Amino acid sequence: MIITTLGATVKRAVKRFLSSLPALFGVLVFTFLLMRVLPGDPAVFFASGPNAGKAEIELIRKQMGLDKPVPQQLVYYLYDLGRGNLGNSIMTGQSVTKDLRDRLPASLELTFSALLIALVFAIPLGVLAALRPGSLIDHGIRLFCALGVCVPTFVSGLLLIYVFYYLLGIAPDPTGRIDIFTSLPPSRTGFLLVDFLLAGDVSGWWGAFKQLILPAVTMALFVIAPLARITRASMLVSLGSDFVRTARSVGLSWWRIVVTYALRNAILPVITIAGIVFSTMLGANVLVEKVFSWPGVASYALDALLSSDYAPVQGFVLLMASIFVIVNLVIDVLYGIADPRVSVG
Amino acid sequence: MTAATLRHAAWILRGNPLTGIAAAGVFALVLIAIFGPSIVPYDPVSSDVPQALQPPSWAHLAGTDQLGRDSFSRLIVATRLDLTIAVSAVGVSFVLGAVIGSLCGYIGGRLDRAVGRFVDVLMAFPLFVLAMAMVAALGNRIENIVIATAIINLPFYIRFSRAEVNIRRNLGWVEAARACGDSHLSVVLRFLLPNILPAMAVQMSLNLGWAILNAAGLSFIGLGVTPPTPEWGIMVAEGARFISTGKWWLVAFPGLSLMLAVLCFNLLGDGMRDILDPRMRT
Repeated sequence: MIITTLGATVKRAVKRFLSSLPALFGVLVFTFLLMRVLPGDPAVFFASGPNAGKAEIELIRKQMGLDKPVPQQLVYYLYDLGRGNLGNSIMTGQSVTKDLRDRLPASLELTFSALLIALVFAIPLGVLAALRPGSLIDHGIRLFCALGVCVPTFVSGLLLIYVFYYLLGIAPDPTGRIDIFTSLPPSRTGFLLVDFLLAGDVSGWWGAFKQLILPAVTMALFVIAPLARITRASMLVSLGSDFVRTARSVGLSWWRIVVTYALRNAILPVITIAGIVFSTMLGANVLVEKVFSWPGVASYALDALLSSDYAPVQGFVLLMASIFVIVNLVIDVLYGIADPRVSVG
Repeated sequence: MTAATLRHAAWILRGNPLTGIAAAGVFALVLIAIFGPSIVPYDPVSSDVPQALQPPSWAHLAGTDQLGRDSFSRLIVATRLDLTIAVSAVGVSFVLGAVIGSLCGYIGGRLDRAVGRFVDVLMAFPLFVLAMAMVAALGNRIENIVIATAIINLPFYIRFSRAEVNIRRNLGWVEAARACGDSHLSVVLRFLLPNILPAMAVQMSLNLGWAILNAAGLSFIGLGVTPPTPEWGIMVAEGARFISTGKWWLVAFPGLSLMLAVLCFNLLGDGMRDILDPRMRT
């Protein structure tokens, strides 16, 4: 039984993955075209200096393939992509693949921590609100949620810096993942918290944690609301259902009813929303990464965009769209595990 | 608006006074946007360097910025720009989305599939990044913030109106209209669109808040609006440089303005949804 459901889940996931490929390709082409209309000529950036001669610029254009018609450039781009080559960044002078690989862990670590914080707060809040609908707690949580989605991340981030760095002095200087005096642990996962733990460096871990907590909380604040709201709505449905009434009538403990029966059945929509929230957070990272000078992929793409550097932006968008697809896949699989009925249907 | 609807609305408002407050808030925002620039105490762009970086006082309610400009006046003047961007972006995506979506829902077939694919592509983008890229590509101008925000909103309107029209297209009154000799276009424009309008109005109100945040986010990272134009996002960006030295008012007040504006639109949208569809209340 379990094997058949797992098989069905995998089959469904593969089907979903294949059906998302056209969209991914569309993203690829659309970004490519969008980047061709960016103002500024990358050949000029690549040239030796501001006084580079026309001939030199022309030569570079030729080397970069920029003198070819756009459709042909697209074909070259796709060919390179097929070989895993995302092009080179003008800003850093490195390959985009390397740049993204260097910076992705920073963004992922931040986003995962933010999602974790958000879930840790949102699920209990949603459950609390659902247990006493219409009560003062419920209204309080609703107010908190309503306010949470209204404060832009760049404002809440800056205000957190003001309170915890300037006023209280307990947060470190809000720039980057570790302060400049700490040496990096040997890179194993790229996640500093994990790497410091593996290296057994407690003070390093604490330093990295202190750098991480403010940006992570900033992002979490913005997404607690949708998560808490969906938890509440879905808990209300599940608390009102027959099986909870039955559980109550046979005298199961309150904790067991709420957590084991009601919450487990209410968790599906929360998983979905959490997945969507994760993908949007990765994209919306730009603002938080900028406020906290976080060396992630989003701030890398932003800098590239502002200096008309095509390749990193294309690579970034492709990366984000792929992560989006992967996250959807993971949700699908989790869904199948949490509720076997889904994959049978 | 029949008497019964009004009574229902009044009943909802009694149970949820926030909606009324939110509506008043939106009304106040509109008034500020219209009359604000002519009643502000200071010129929003003239600098007064000796008065730079003053904390809030009676003379400068929201303090002054690094050039000694009065933040309060700048906040008031910015209302018009921020609202205009949000309203026009949402307006454009509403009109385009409603027409495209209802045509897809009504006609179906190949058009529907093609548009569906296009929407899938848009939805697969990280939306804020798409908006960033579009503003950067089209040029750093306010119109382009509007276009970018409108485009990233478009999928939601297309999907929404498509679904709403799709469930209605075979209903009795649609067939009756067609039997009376109405053309397909007229059925869509005169019967189906007005029918889904209330539901879309809710969507628009909720969307306006989002559009404001989006536009402010874009100008915060230096895309779209350029200094010295007063705009909430840019004001936060300028204030960000002084937050580590404790000049909180440069960030707090534009942030508060953004928050209040978004809050009003969101609460109004929620309230309207309650009035239109009591089942959706959460």
